[in-house]
Amino acid sequence: MQPAGPVLELRSITKRFPNVLANDRVDFELMRGEIHALLGENGAGKSTLMNVLYGLYAPDEGEIMIGGKPIRIDSAKAAIEHGIGMVHQHFMLIPVMTVAENIVLATEPTRAGVLLDFDAAARRVEELSRTFSFSIDPQARVQDITVGQQQRVEILKALYRNADILILDEPTAVLTPQEAQELFEILGTLRREGISIIFITHKLNEVLQIADRITVLRRGKKIETLDRAGATEASLARLMVGREVLLRVDKRPSEAAGSLLEVRDLKVLDERGLTAVGGVSFDVRAGEIVGIAGVDGNGQSELIDALTGLRQPAGGTITIGGQRLEGASPRRILDAGVGHIPEDRHVRGLVLDFSLAENLALHEYRKAPDSRFGWLFPRRLLARARRLLKEFDVRGGQPHTRAVALSGGNQQKVVIAREVSRDPRVLVAAQPTRGLDVGAIEFVHRRLVEQRDAGKAVLLLSLEIDEILSLSDRILVLYEGRIVAEHAPDVTEQELGIAMAGGGEQEAA
Amino acid sequence: MITPLLTALLAFIVGGLVVLVTTGKNPLETYKAIFAGTGLNWFFPWVTCSDPCTPATNLQQTLLISAPLMLTGLAVAFAFRCGLFNIGGQGQFIVGSSVAVIVGSSFVDLNRWWHVLLAVVLASLAAAAWGGIAGLLKATVGAHEVITTIMLNWIALWVAVYLFEIGGPLQDPQQAGVPISEPVAESAKLHVFWGDPLFQGLHIGLFVAMAALVAYWVVLNRTTVGYEVRAVGFNPEAARYGGISVRRNYVLAMAISGLFAGLAGAIDILGWQYRLAVPDILVSNIGFIGIAVALLGRNTAIGVFFSAILFGALLNGTSTRNLDPEVFRPELASNLTVIIQGLVVLFVAADVLILYLWQARRKVGLGRRRPPATS
Repeated sequence: MQPAGPVLELRSITKRFPNVLANDRVDFELMRGEIHALLGENGAGKSTLMNVLYGLYAPDEGEIMIGGKPIRIDSAKAAIEHGIGMVHQHFMLIPVMTVAENIVLATEPTRAGVLLDFDAAARRVEELSRTFSFSIDPQARVQDITVGQQQRVEILKALYRNADILILDEPTAVLTPQEAQELFEILGTLRREGISIIFITHKLNEVLQIADRITVLRRGKKIETLDRAGATEASLARLMVGREVLLRVDKRPSEAAGSLLEVRDLKVLDERGLTAVGGVSFDVRAGEIVGIAGVDGNGQSELIDALTGLRQPAGGTITIGGQRLEGASPRRILDAGVGHIPEDRHVRGLVLDFSLAENLALHEYRKAPDSRFGWLFPRRLLARARRLLKEFDVRGGQPHTRAVALSGGNQQKVVIAREVSRDPRVLVAAQPTRGLDVGAIEFVHRRLVEQRDAGKAVLLLSLEIDEILSLSDRILVLYEGRIVAEHAPDVTEQELGIAMAGGGEQEAA
Repeated sequence: MITPLLTALLAFIVGGLVVLVTTGKNPLETYKAIFAGTGLNWFFPWVTCSDPCTPATNLQQTLLISAPLMLTGLAVAFAFRCGLFNIGGQGQFIVGSSVAVIVGSSFVDLNRWWHVLLAVVLASLAAAAWGGIAGLLKATVGAHEVITTIMLNWIALWVAVYLFEIGGPLQDPQQAGVPISEPVAESAKLHVFWGDPLFQGLHIGLFVAMAALVAYWVVLNRTTVGYEVRAVGFNPEAARYGGISVRRNYVLAMAISGLFAGLAGAIDILGWQYRLAVPDILVSNIGFIGIAVALLGRNTAIGVFFSAILFGALLNGTSTRNLDPEVFRPELASNLTVIIQGLVVLFVAADVLILYLWQARRKVGLGRRRPPATS
């Protein structure tokens, strides 16, 4: 710790957008060599604040001080000149160019003024990469390296431009858990080298693992800056959301009855014709949540697609409420009483250009009262939407609002409202809380448990071990298209992790 | 709302520059002369009241062109709403006109209304089937509709040419030396309600087109068919997830598109041309202009209505007959129409760019005016 003052200070930053006060007199300070987490729900003003700092937005009020001197940042270029680097959530790399080329882009070293000196560039990149112990090949093409490595390229790009303040916007959102750990190690190295890091996130466990100090924003206001020591997930969640949040789901033991979904020896191929699901069998009974755990890409998507009729199975049977439905059309399966919360609400769950009323009618528009003899009654769609938006506490939209205008959490509420309000017998929920913040996650979890308690059979697929552990009554582990283990919910995270990695194979029934 | 107007305005400005640069004529004078030729000044009788007859005739001519343009515009717009690009309006139009002229020149003993109805219905259905082929190919083997509709255009065109050319099976035996169909019987002609019935007055096809515009809106917004078409158009994956058959909707949307284009062909033949001549088949581009009409009209009923009027007016206003050669040589003027059409398509395709420039201009303006942050 250096005795000197902060390297960066934001004083009373205010930024207004039409109808929204995105930042309301926010103060923020960053010390040399610290990792400072900026925590807040979606829409709390984290990104706005950082965009102000990076020169993408002009603040309406307030000032930015670097090394104790007020400065003006009116463009990203100015930010870079003041030693600020930003790694965006979506990388800004050119896939066909090499790592070194991407890093030196726009600041290429030249020979005789005009000729590019790529050797010098490569040398410099290698040097940087060694200093900070990044394992990365400067000559590799960006399209050939992993997402985690691409992120390191972005970080190197900032360091190459002599950044000593690094802003990372939700850097772990695109990473696997292992890649996230590697990133944290790199951040530790950077910290030792005196780089100051602002880490934007809404994931509490990451904050507790990596940050030195934490600043919490809520609805555009700074709530508090605190040290990591003494902070807990519960206390951070309370600061973030503004009320007590249940991080653990509160549920009674399940009272499972007869099975509603029976899958026997189901085989599914992927797009390339390779076996993605290689003969799985399981039951989901009324009144229980069965969680399917697994690392991404072990056949989850194909399994869901086959269960919901979106992909033809290559073999096996699917029985829903006594009806054999393998290979049936999506509509027949919907009509048999299957609700489906899809894993990607933008690709499948919503027609983003449709109004909320139209989206909520996506399964029911052909039936009375929505329509009769092919004639649609928009007023009835609107009436239903008004009821559901209220019941499911969807904020930021009216029935006629287009779905694209809603935040992620509220979009997911719309999807859940539609699926649950149809009163399905079987509910297939695929990554139902992806990209949501704690408040919304709590809501989704409560709804899923409610469905279970109402006697529905709930099949939950999730990549988050926490979610599987806290919601499921039984846990199946999917590995390379097979169910390799079945566990009770009191299994430890380690044990589950080993099974997910293919270790300790024990064929389940 | 603002973008289509901007697009049209921009197209006219650039067109005007072309006039200025290539001929040295005053673009405003040229546009004024074209405007007079469109007959749209009929709506402003206090401006040109010298001879009320001429604007009326000109306006009838404009609307005679606009009516089928509304329909071919709808043919493109409907497919667009289902996420399909129907380049086949021209072929569907040719199928419609061919069937209309065949039915219209046969069954001469039929009662008038039945004869018209029969010709219109058969022409539309034939064109619907023609459009449906492209939809079917897309739904079954995944052939891209842009490719298949272009190929179907050529098939329709050369089959029609074969039928009506000299010595062709359906060529008019009364005029052995002319590549033309038999004339439509009196009983199959559409009623002319404004102007001289013998000299190209305005027929009730205009109302058919306007009814089609209303039907277009109703089908899209008030029926489950329209709901499905729009869902597939916006997001086929979500539509499938919602239980909608994407393939069925591709076929249906292309067939309905073909229906509109076939209707255009029918009213054009039964209300105005009364015959189908091979040279006309070869040079007709009503179906293609429908693409520009739909693009400029943003695939909405009201937009298609106004942009069809605009393009009809342009075509008529720059025709050799209407444009004063003193002001601008008509053979150049019709090229001007084509230039403006092309510019419209270009600018609509680039409307994202136009919007961006529009917003960037404002952003820059605001940025300059904002005072620097004070401490």
